[in-house]
Amino acid sequence: MTAFFQNLGMSYGAAWFTSTIAGILLIALPVMLAVAMIIYADRKIWAAMALRKGPNVVGPFGLLQSFADGLKVFLQETIIPSAANRGLFLIAPIITFTVALMAWAVIPFQAKVVLSDINVGLLYILAISSLGVYGVVIAGWASNSKYPFFSAMRASAQMISYEVSIGFVLISVVLWAGSFNLTTIVESQKGYYGFLNGNGFNPLLFPMAVVFLISSMAETARAPFDLTEAESELVAGYQTEYSSMAFALYWLGEYANVILMCALNAILFWGGYLPPLDIDLIPWFDIPGIIWLFGKILVFFFIFSWVKATVPRYRYDQLMRLGWKVFLPLSLGWVVLVSGFLMFTRYGGAA
Amino acid sequence: MIHVLAFYLFATVVIASGAMTIFSRNPVHSVLWLILAFFNAAGLMILLGAEFIAMLLVIVYVGAVAVLFMFVVMMLDIDFAELRAGFVNYLPFGLAIAVILLAEIVLGVGIWSAGPVELAQRAAPATADVSNIQAIGALLYTRYIFLFEAAGLVLLVAMVGAIVLTHRARGGVRGQNIDKQNRRRPQDAVRNVNQPVGQGVEL
Repeated sequence: MTAFFQNLGMSYGAAWFTSTIAGILLIALPVMLAVAMIIYADRKIWAAMALRKGPNVVGPFGLLQSFADGLKVFLQETIIPSAANRGLFLIAPIITFTVALMAWAVIPFQAKVVLSDINVGLLYILAISSLGVYGVVIAGWASNSKYPFFSAMRASAQMISYEVSIGFVLISVVLWAGSFNLTTIVESQKGYYGFLNGNGFNPLLFPMAVVFLISSMAETARAPFDLTEAESELVAGYQTEYSSMAFALYWLGEYANVILMCALNAILFWGGYLPPLDIDLIPWFDIPGIIWLFGKILVFFFIFSWVKATVPRYRYDQLMRLGWKVFLPLSLGWVVLVSGFLMFTRYGGAA
Repeated sequence: MIHVLAFYLFATVVIASGAMTIFSRNPVHSVLWLILAFFNAAGLMILLGAEFIAMLLVIVYVGAVAVLFMFVVMMLDIDFAELRAGFVNYLPFGLAIAVILLAEIVLGVGIWSAGPVELAQRAAPATADVSNIQAIGALLYTRYIFLFEAAGLVLLVAMVGAIVLTHRARGGVRGQNIDKQNRRRPQDAVRNVNQPVGQGVEL
């Protein structure tokens, strides 16, 4: 895109600056639109599984429901509890929302279509997703109220626990791909058995794909791991004291994180922007990679919604047991397994 | 130009938030300032072209260590006025440590650029075409492998030590037996009874 702006007669510096700003807007605005539509989809899927109709009043098929909700929330009064820590109380939702958008900078939407093609892309995502916990923890503390505080404690313990196993899962993918760059990781998934694209078709990596899917639900605090906002125990969790736009920012940030995790599932294990079959079925036309990526994201989002609609919430000790006693040893063992396999097949035997 | 601007921005924020870490009255605010300092230090690392170290700084310190700090500090009810009471007593020690650290930094930098101390043995700066991660990996797993593994062992011992110090077996508590819970089937737990009227239930 820099070249395009340079052709308009800008210097390289100005062109780079303009194209980066344009790229950020090109990603951030559609992500927010996608969040609005995905909330609608979530409610529709959930309703269908409960044999209800779901939102169907605002706009055709209720499509504009999220925008109506957004407008309602926008017009409400922002209430700050008098005992709250005012500055931190307002910063917390901003952190959650900003962090949810930041990670999109390194997501490859198509071959070479990525805002920032850095060689530590996956580490960047890990770093950013570990920041997400601060929005919740600061909210819980700054609200100066019991239930948000309990929720913040739960959230920090939960996110740290699952980040550990996510880290090991990512390491096994990185070992296989030989790079931290997301585009390289996607490209390395080409041609399993000559006709399939995606690490998930690799029997050695498939178990990690399952672990990552479950861990990503825990990391985004979606049901069945939504103990941070377990309404039967904690009112509304860390958002109890929030109203108006501050509440809406949490809402947006949460769903933006969910979409991001769906995108990561697609990119790391199911070929990202590559078509699932490595065969040129339609010789005169290539379906653009971005369509494949969006399709995969939607499939994973459907799985997320499906799980939310059907699986009951975990007990807290079960959640911790799953993270530390099941996923951690499993993923740690798998790192050893994958690196051992690669050592003997790719790098020729004993060290 | 932009490098210089970015350097002064990051450096100023690091120093300012470091100072605020010490001066703020509320311990939770202190931790938050510390996090800001870590974050900007990562920015400085990126300016140096050490993006791997920068990411590790954010993942390890901001993402894990500081979260645990905050976890602890939020739950503790510390009387900081009492802690500050000893400030004047500890000041000489603090100053001494600061001076020693400063001297060590100066010496370290001096030695690095000083004369012919086995120049051939010195780790060469990574060439531009090798990414940071590969450069660090190649050095860490070959030349420094024993130091690296020793560091790992030290951490393991520290972890085991922490568990040994804090773990105590409490009597009289019934733990969850997850296996037993998972093996439980409806027919073991539920009984369907067609209860005749006028007779007591047989339990």
